[in-house]
Amino acid sequence: MNYLQLVSILAAALTVSVGAIGPALAEGRAVAAAMDAIARQPESAATLSRTLFVGLAMIETMAIYCLVIALLVLFANPFVH
Amino acid sequence: MMSPLQAVPLFHLGPMPITGAVVTTWALMAVLTGGSWATTRRLSLEPGGVQAVLELLIEAINTQIRETMRTEPARFLPLIGTLLFYLVSANLLSLIPGLEPPTAKLETDGALALIVFGAVHWYGIRMQGLRGYLREFARPTWIMLPLNVLAEFTRTFSMMVRLFGNIMAGVFIVGIVLSLAGLFVPIPLMALDMLTGVVQAYIFSVLAMVFIGAAIGNHDTT
Repeated sequence: MNYLQLVSILAAALTVSVGAIGPALAEGRAVAAAMDAIARQPESAATLSRTLFVGLAMIETMAIYCLVIALLVLFANPFVH
Repeated sequence: MMSPLQAVPLFHLGPMPITGAVVTTWALMAVLTGGSWATTRRLSLEPGGVQAVLELLIEAINTQIRETMRTEPARFLPLIGTLLFYLVSANLLSLIPGLEPPTAKLETDGALALIVFGAVHWYGIRMQGLRGYLREFARPTWIMLPLNVLAEFTRTFSMMVRLFGNIMAGVFIVGIVLSLAGLFVPIPLMALDMLTGVVQAYIFSVLAMVFIGAAIGNHDTT
């Protein structure tokens, strides 16, 4: 195992772990805001939860981007081999 | 371990390599087309069970298009409905043993995103004329022109990576857990994958609706 592979694995782990922090905080805030809104207006719960789901998936995409970058670093790294 | 970014050709059709995802897509297209033909062949005024379910689905998609794009849905239903039906069935395909969702390969998602990219400009030019459509890019001021042009490409790219990443991550994680833990352990993860697959299909279609709606000049929707 050479130096470059070690750095790649470390970089992949770092990408996923750091990249998960932001979306996790954002999803927490989004869900909290939606809960707040549903508690105030229970009659609009259907619209709110639909919008919440779409918004959550959008936020989750940021974490998925990091996962794709990590997989690129691990499997399609142009500097290894 | 097999890279999730790599596609292995199954056989060659002339000079063209054909991968498993393409064969799965062909089969899915045949099933969807045949199923639609078989169920719409004998439509009646008093719908039976299958026809009632289909009418319910189509009506739900129509309502969604009307709410998102604020226009009559008849012109957009074929594209959006096909996208939605195809994506839902493709994303749930990993429930059948031995099959892999074709959307877990980057090429399928790239093709779908390119279809939406083409449809946005096609509908934009059709509805607003070439001059009116090109003027949209210089909105609100002409300084935004490079950014607007850039956004056309980045949002298509992000649609592709979003769908690919979500579906591929599901397949990949189920594979890892299966190889680490054993036969029935990944079942909760597969249940989560079903939810992700349906939500991602919905989001892809909603984004297509929003982009097309913006291109045909309904500014209040975006």
